[in-house]
Amino acid sequence: MPAELDRRRMARVLGRSEQFAQGDVACALGAVLGGCDFFAGYPITPATEIAEAVSRMLPRLGGVAIQMEDEIASLSAVLGAAWTGSRAMTATSGPGFSLMQEGIGYACMTETPCVIVDVQRSGPSTGQPTEPAQGDMLQAKWGTHGDHEIIALAPSSVQECVDLTRLAFDLAEEYRNPVLVMTDGEIGHMRERILLPDLADVEPRHRQRPSSLPDTFVPFAATNGKVPEMPDFGTGYHAYVTGLTHNERGFPATDDADAHTRLVRRLCEKITDATERLTRVEVDSEDGARVGLVSYGISARSAAGAVRLARERGIRLSHLRLVTVFPFPERAVLEFVRDLDRVIVPELNLGQICHSVREALAGAARVERVSRIGGEMIHPDEILHAVSHGGEPV
Amino acid sequence: MFNTARHIRDTYIRDEMWPSIFCTGCGIGNVLNYTLRAVDSLGLDIDKVVFCSGIGCSSRLPGYIEADGLHTTHGRAIAFATGVKLAAPELDVVVFTGDGDMAGIGGNHFIHAARRNLDLTVICVNNHNYGMTGGQVSPTTPTRGTTTTTPYGNLEEPFDLCRLAIGAGAPFVARWTMGYPYETIAAVETAIRTRGFGFVEILAPCPTGYGKANQQRDAPAAWAWYRENTITRVDLSRLSPEERASNQRIVVGTLWQATKPEYGERYRELVTRLRQHDDAGSDPLPPG
Amino acid sequence: MRREIRICGTGGQGIILAGVILGEAAMRAGYCAVQTQSYGPESRGGAARSEVLISDSAVDYPRVTLADVLVALSQPAWDRYGRQLAEGATVVVDSDLVEAPEACRLPFTLTAEKTVGRKIVTNIVMLGYLGGLLDLFPHALLEETVLANIPPGTGELNRAALKAGRDLFDSEGVRHAG
Repeated sequence: MPAELDRRRMARVLGRSEQFAQGDVACALGAVLGGCDFFAGYPITPATEIAEAVSRMLPRLGGVAIQMEDEIASLSAVLGAAWTGSRAMTATSGPGFSLMQEGIGYACMTETPCVIVDVQRSGPSTGQPTEPAQGDMLQAKWGTHGDHEIIALAPSSVQECVDLTRLAFDLAEEYRNPVLVMTDGEIGHMRERILLPDLADVEPRHRQRPSSLPDTFVPFAATNGKVPEMPDFGTGYHAYVTGLTHNERGFPATDDADAHTRLVRRLCEKITDATERLTRVEVDSEDGARVGLVSYGISARSAAGAVRLARERGIRLSHLRLVTVFPFPERAVLEFVRDLDRVIVPELNLGQICHSVREALAGAARVERVSRIGGEMIHPDEILHAVSHGGEPV
Repeated sequence: MFNTARHIRDTYIRDEMWPSIFCTGCGIGNVLNYTLRAVDSLGLDIDKVVFCSGIGCSSRLPGYIEADGLHTTHGRAIAFATGVKLAAPELDVVVFTGDGDMAGIGGNHFIHAARRNLDLTVICVNNHNYGMTGGQVSPTTPTRGTTTTTPYGNLEEPFDLCRLAIGAGAPFVARWTMGYPYETIAAVETAIRTRGFGFVEILAPCPTGYGKANQQRDAPAAWAWYRENTITRVDLSRLSPEERASNQRIVVGTLWQATKPEYGERYRELVTRLRQHDDAGSDPLPPG
Repeated sequence: MRREIRICGTGGQGIILAGVILGEAAMRAGYCAVQTQSYGPESRGGAARSEVLISDSAVDYPRVTLADVLVALSQPAWDRYGRQLAEGATVVVDSDLVEAPEACRLPFTLTAEKTVGRKIVTNIVMLGYLGGLLDLFPHALLEETVLANIPPGTGELNRAALKAGRDLFDSEGVRHAG
């Protein structure tokens, strides 16, 4: 059950407000700031440090931290807890993320708020456990079956691990959807300065609980906009939660094509309608540039390095960094390429978000990619080489 | 003692969900009846009871109950229930599951929850097959049993679910058939009252899925089969040593009862200890 | 200003901790700093490498391209990383563990063993030296950072090790030593 934040205790547990911290630990700190009171996880390189940090912090705050028997159980426990009012989270990497896909679909279908951190590592399969990659990006959106929407954020710094994990909890509550924080093994283990906010300014967004009494409350009617109010188990609402398609009352409606259509369209539209509100990008446009970079996550650091070197050498180059990757910020990307002929997408994979970019642009500019797999980051010079000689085709 | 059937129906059944999906001769309706009677006898506040389930016919039960219900993914009910109970320990959490859901795909969650001894009540309806999908072999199908995926007879040995539960550490383990109403109701009551993992296996017929190919083609045949093929623990203890040794019947009754620390309690004790340390200004651990 | 510092050796030499402390000290001194590491899966043996970028503005690309300061505490590490150097780079190796005639050779391990008394603080001795070499922050700030990153009860040992390393720099500088 949700409790008021104990800021005094939080301050003790979080430690100094300025720290030289690893990305994984920063995600854990961000979770605490986000009001996380339930964590279930399973060890997996390079995300294990998140579970370890949370296991140290959450019990001191009266929250629950438990290592479950596998990743499927971890996400399941998170979803169960969420229905009692908890702000719940798990963290994993590629192989665990694959196991969680069914649960993610269940969370979408039942509109269960939850936060999942995926510290991406080189795949496919067991791959290179200790090497970073960005190979789970399309899986983030499409990993589970059926039509659904996902909110996915991509930190590019350790500070963003704090801030975006914290934000993820608020978004999960606001949209009643899984929110994914897509980091990677590089950011997860890298150390940088973080500055934690003044706890007086920390107030997690409260869940919209029912405004009507149990006998009149219609659980999935979504009378205000497309996100329904969510009752806590144990408060007399007798909520029935099921992954089967359901009507507004929450009861199975598998033979009712209209009910299913209404439901699934609403589940998707509640996110896609909010694309602009959810869009967070960073734009660095240079006058006269005809080429631009579209980057996210750890590769945005490489891109920023390329822009710095380009400016030193008098090469005009613009840069758009995606912080929200899904729902895909189509309008922001289209706006960015207005005066550009070419767009280059650097990624630690063989081309994933470059496809989303190309789809969004629909020919408005040529899309190329710089792909690097194997664990090393893309070097800024590789990007500059692509700027002058062309990148790989998408 | 017991309230009337009408009282049970009016208090606990969701009218809009009726009639149920269960086939003629199915035993799951009995399981629903016995569980609700146990809840009612205990005088539980139904607002504070959460019913969880996985996927399968028995997992449909929460939908019929006027209470908070969590119908989850195949095999994962116990894991979801773990989250519910740990996050809201004041709630009573009852899991409905089946032999396939719990011991097939869900086996791992079953044994770990029992090992952890989290305060859950797990009611497993064992009808020896995957009924909802049309009668495939399950981890409890008897050897030589005929199912749609073992058309030439099952080559495997079945689990003894109660032995598994006991081996995994559950403090209360009981098995009955739905032909023992009062004993089953009492077992469910005890399982709910048990501070820890209370496990009740209920053998129930599935004429449509399993029964018709395996000498249990309708309810009377199924009940007769149970009469022939089960023996209570008490009756077993009254047999001669030779008869006991050669017993082939399924043993029903309370098969294990013990007291041991419950996971949630231990966790909350830890939280209290840590709070005291922090309040006293001492740091038991390095800062997170 | 962008300093690219690479510290490498074998797993178990405290390479990563050294990098972490260096990065944190730079942060405390008001610089922008990023520390990264890589190692083989074994926790002992295997190559270990820790990189620290220090700048007066935000660090974008967080990896060393060409090190302007390279510290190698093992032969395999030197063999592997000794060539990726910026022009005019300063190279420092442990005189007893690494054959590298062109580098500054300092007796970090020997100092840790004989002067301080415990080989395990080799990395701290090296840090003390490095602090002097980089000249980005005072020794006192480095010491404060070391103390914040070591197990309780080892303060005196580490203080001594850091000082011994700094003394090495003050007496030997960047010349070859021994």
